[in-house]
Amino acid sequence: MGVALTRAAQWTTASSGIGKLEITPVNESLLKEILEFVEQFSSRHPQEAKHVFKEPLQWTTSLEASDFKTEYDISGPAVKSQETDRDGHPMLQLTPPSISVHSFSQLSKIVQLATDKKLKEVRACLEANRDPVAKMLGPSFATVEGEDSSVLRLLEKVKEGDQAKETEIKVKLLILLQQLDTQLLSNSLKQISQDVRLSPATVKNDVELLKSFCSEGEKRVLTSVQYTSDYEFTNGCRTPPWRQVHGEICYLVIKPCDTQPLHITCSTAGVFLNGGIRQEGEENTYDRTSEVYKDLATLLKSTSPHFAENINKQDFAVQEEPPTLKVQHVELVDAEEQGQPQRSYEHHEKNVHEKARQQLVQNKPGGKKKLEPSLKWKNLGLASPYEYVIIPLSTCQQSHIIKRCKTPGGVGGVDDFSESSSESEEDEEQPERRTESNTDLPSEYWQIQKLVKYLKGGNQTATVIALCSMRDFNLAQETCQLAIRDVGGLEVLINLLDTEEIKCKIGSLKILKEISRNSQIRRAIADLGGLQTMVKILDSPDKDLKYLAAETIANVAKFRRARRTVRQHGGIKRLVELLDCVPDSAALTEEQEKDVEVARCGALALWSCSKSTRNKEAIRKAGGIPLLARLLKSPHENMLIPVVGTLQECASERSYRIAIQTEGMIEDLVKNLNCDNHELQMHCASAIFKCAEDKRTRDLVRQCEGLQPLVTLLSQADNKQLLAATTGAIWKCSISMENVAKFQDYKALETLVGLLTDQPEEVLVNVVGALGEGAQKPANRATIRKCGGIQPLVNLLTGTNQALLVNVTKAVGACATELENMTIIDRLDGVRLLWSLLKNPNPDVQASAAWAICPCIENAKDSGEMVRSFVGGLELIVNLLKSTNKEVLASVCAAIAKIAKDEENLAVITDHGVVPMLAKLTNTTDDKLRRHLAEAIARCCMWGSNRVLFGEAGAVSPLVRYLKSKDSSVHQATAQALFQLSKDPNNCITMHDNGVVKLLLGMMGSTDEVLQEAAAGCVANIRRLALANEKARYG
Amino acid sequence: MAEMSAMNRKLIQNLAETLSKQVKHFNKTEAECLIRLFNGLLGDQSDRRVGNGLDRGKFRNILHNTFGMTDDMIMDRVFRAFDKDNDSYVSVKEWIEGLSIFLRGTLDEKIKYCFDVYDLNGDGYISREEMFHMLKNSLIRQPTEEDPDEGIKDLVEITLKKMDHDHDSRLSYADFEKAVRDENLLLEAFGTCLPDAKSILAFEQHAFQDTLEH
Repeated sequence: MGVALTRAAQWTTASSGIGKLEITPVNESLLKEILEFVEQFSSRHPQEAKHVFKEPLQWTTSLEASDFKTEYDISGPAVKSQETDRDGHPMLQLTPPSISVHSFSQLSKIVQLATDKKLKEVRACLEANRDPVAKMLGPSFATVEGEDSSVLRLLEKVKEGDQAKETEIKVKLLILLQQLDTQLLSNSLKQISQDVRLSPATVKNDVELLKSFCSEGEKRVLTSVQYTSDYEFTNGCRTPPWRQVHGEICYLVIKPCDTQPLHITCSTAGVFLNGGIRQEGEENTYDRTSEVYKDLATLLKSTSPHFAENINKQDFAVQEEPPTLKVQHVELVDAEEQGQPQRSYEHHEKNVHEKARQQLVQNKPGGKKKLEPSLKWKNLGLASPYEYVIIPLSTCQQSHIIKRCKTPGGVGGVDDFSESSSESEEDEEQPERRTESNTDLPSEYWQIQKLVKYLKGGNQTATVIALCSMRDFNLAQETCQLAIRDVGGLEVLINLLDTEEIKCKIGSLKILKEISRNSQIRRAIADLGGLQTMVKILDSPDKDLKYLAAETIANVAKFRRARRTVRQHGGIKRLVELLDCVPDSAALTEEQEKDVEVARCGALALWSCSKSTRNKEAIRKAGGIPLLARLLKSPHENMLIPVVGTLQECASERSYRIAIQTEGMIEDLVKNLNCDNHELQMHCASAIFKCAEDKRTRDLVRQCEGLQPLVTLLSQADNKQLLAATTGAIWKCSISMENVAKFQDYKALETLVGLLTDQPEEVLVNVVGALGEGAQKPANRATIRKCGGIQPLVNLLTGTNQALLVNVTKAVGACATELENMTIIDRLDGVRLLWSLLKNPNPDVQASAAWAICPCIENAKDSGEMVRSFVGGLELIVNLLKSTNKEVLASVCAAIAKIAKDEENLAVITDHGVVPMLAKLTNTTDDKLRRHLAEAIARCCMWGSNRVLFGEAGAVSPLVRYLKSKDSSVHQATAQALFQLSKDPNNCITMHDNGVVKLLLGMMGSTDEVLQEAAAGCVANIRRLALANEKARYG
Repeated sequence: MAEMSAMNRKLIQNLAETLSKQVKHFNKTEAECLIRLFNGLLGDQSDRRVGNGLDRGKFRNILHNTFGMTDDMIMDRVFRAFDKDNDSYVSVKEWIEGLSIFLRGTLDEKIKYCFDVYDLNGDGYISREEMFHMLKNSLIRQPTEEDPDEGIKDLVEITLKKMDHDHDSRLSYADFEKAVRDENLLLEAFGTCLPDAKSILAFEQHAFQDTLEH
């Protein structure tokens, strides 16, 4: 409760002293929750409610003696409770207007007595007692930032045993309060994260915009807009530093046409009216006197009717576009635009996320990328005092959600956005960059304009001359590209494609082919309907036209709308037809060479198109796979690159993976791994990476002797894309143990360990994945250790990339099965890092971390002590049992089974309510979860009355049903759990009623000794109970 | 009459045999078909002298109707290119030789042929003036412009810039050849003097298949 109150609640003055809780929605919901907690406390936790507070809570109440009824001694205006503590002091004392209360049970009663005034009472109480926990439990429990060791200290006391009973209650009370605290925090976090966060840049933009509305006479909407301070700090704020800590960005005085001047505070939380700040002045003028609005325009609209009425008449296009975008724009100048195995996500979040975002961008693959981040933002991100805002967590989750939504591309069946996983090199809508004035236009512009004039007004001969002349310009240069567009050249060029003049068409396509490397031109071509015409040209008998059109389509179809257009106009089928040529005859005639060129360009276009899921499907339906397979045998690299590129792009689809396997393409892919073209090697490795999820494919790669070339490629560490693809292929191939053995022979692991440092994340994910698979073999675990791989692996546990974390945890977990490795992991504090990953919002990471924790607990020295040393760790893992993800649940159950081996820890997790939580899960039908759940139950039975509690929570009869499962590992764990549970007579009766005996008798005949013994033990217990019963009855 | 026609056929076959050996791109049958076609075109010329061939008007009609050419001057030049001996008639030999390039010429042959067409005065160079002459109708004239020829002049300059490699302000054969090899589209830089693929196909079909059937 303490943390929530100091952090989340909105106080009028954030500094200490007697603050007031503001009347805001956040505070109101906080108060309501606290109220509910207090109201139900004495009925829910009667013991804890009686605990006497170290210091009474005192506040000024509005209650009067007449409000109190029985159980209170009323003498005039004063009231005393009949309930007293051990020394005879009353637990409640009212001497109007102040009241002091000593226990939760009295607090509950007050709340009940106060009826409609209860919210007011709670507010008064909290305002008077800023840290109620400290008062209740003593000053050592005061809310402190950072690690809180009070629980630990209490635990020590429990162990010491003196005053055990009281301390235990104290612990429980503290835990309850902390639970409330977490709950409050998480709830208010939800609200806060919905709030707008303004940044200095947004505010500045808004102000500039508003200022522009002040000047014009007739249309003026505002009289003036002024900052109170002209000095701007480097972080963009104009408020004094001591106000900046409150998130305030600047103060404005805005004079609307129809009302008094408005004194406005702009803060990160929004904008609001203040008490009238002119200069840096009295403290109280900073206080908020209005609601919080999300931006200046909204505030003005609601305070000034004139503004609201007139603002809509203005051209508001500028304002609609989020102004931060312009500043944030990080331009990627990419040297080559190829499909890439990884994808990045565009976040358009606000400033707090900016730093993370830049990191994200920097981690993008490809050493050839040049980044031009806006320095302005970088500075802001670093200097911003608002970073403590609790936002990052929620934005993490948000971006995670974005990914989630995007992944099931194609499944939704929405035609427009059926995109594949490889949709990375997407053209984002770039801001138009038109030059405003004519003065600084380059000479090319005018020359091109003249040529376009000849194109428009010339006959075939003049057109051809103009087209040839235009090709002499440097069409790779953006000035020329945009000049052609800006003088209306694109329209003419595309119109020419619709004529009968082959020469004009060829000339036009030759230009379009070049300039379509520019993303703005691509969009313009698509907008002008160029794709439709080019698709038609694919039918032409002229081979030059065919290949030029295909090549241009390849360039244009780099964004999804274009790809869709190509498909919808039958382009995919025609492009696939282009592939039909005979590539492998040794000596080609001139005509055949042209056929090959046509096929090559067809493949290029298909490669571009294949980035959309539906196009992949269309290529397959058009019979593209066998044609690609045939072209894959071509000896020419320039043919192979687009062919393999298309194949690896399409390998995201299952149908293609099967085809690649069955049409014998793996052999060709492996063969090309040995070529000396890095790009081709990369695509081959990437195709293998995607296909090797399948066991048969992995075997084929081995049989075609593809493993060694992959290992050899690891030496190309400078080419990061190639390295990412290669390590990916090695990772996936390592899923087969036969391949791991081969890699062992080729000493792949030694090289991979060397790649654990200074690599981009795309490479790291794969390297670590490969190590994780390799480490399934004991010999490799030793190798990893000997090469010094444990330390970098443990270091990677602190990363943020979810895919990487899943792999790292798996690898660390695999390594931890070896005692010597475990020593190193322990020394590096790896278990603590793993444990903190349980807090990761991604369930895959949670599960993977929990799995990795299991061998760690098993193999670490003094693991019980180690686990206890993680503050809040046990509670954290127990709470994960509330997850809805099966894998998380199974892994957490497995971890709990290991944790519970230590009796003290078992006691703690029992206190955290592990028993009812496990019992709740018993109804699952998932065999993996069943197995680990049964293990956990078996272990947890070892403490106190847990056996009985499991029985009471109804865990027994579902467990009996597990014995009918087909999975024998479930049987063993279940029998052990049942054996433990059968030590409680009531459980025996339940088991018996559920027909356990017959099932167990069957198990007793099993060859698995553990199962045998557990089953027999359980039956024996049941039998013993029956005998005792008979004896009691008849003996 | 039957004897005459038999004699005639024999003659034609012999002629075809000889010509198909002299000319690259036609076999004997094809040559025979072209001769028949030639004779057919001559057919209605009643008082013809031996050795005569197609006159300028007839030839231009063929270029216009069969091969879709429109520019008078270029058609004239094509006639001159066909009429190698400059006797103002295209003989049967010239007919077959000319068509060989016209329909099936290699790039080299076509470069030579086009250069000959464009070299109006036959001095071995395409001069500025010649270019201007050939291009003068290639742009729509804007009545508003001060100098209506400005565009044409500019076009000539553009062409020279692109093709005149030795910078002597005229195109030699070497200039022309190099420019066309670099960029095939420039083969017919100064006007259409070769038939397009479609009319070639139509003509060959008409000449080689339809004539055989008769």
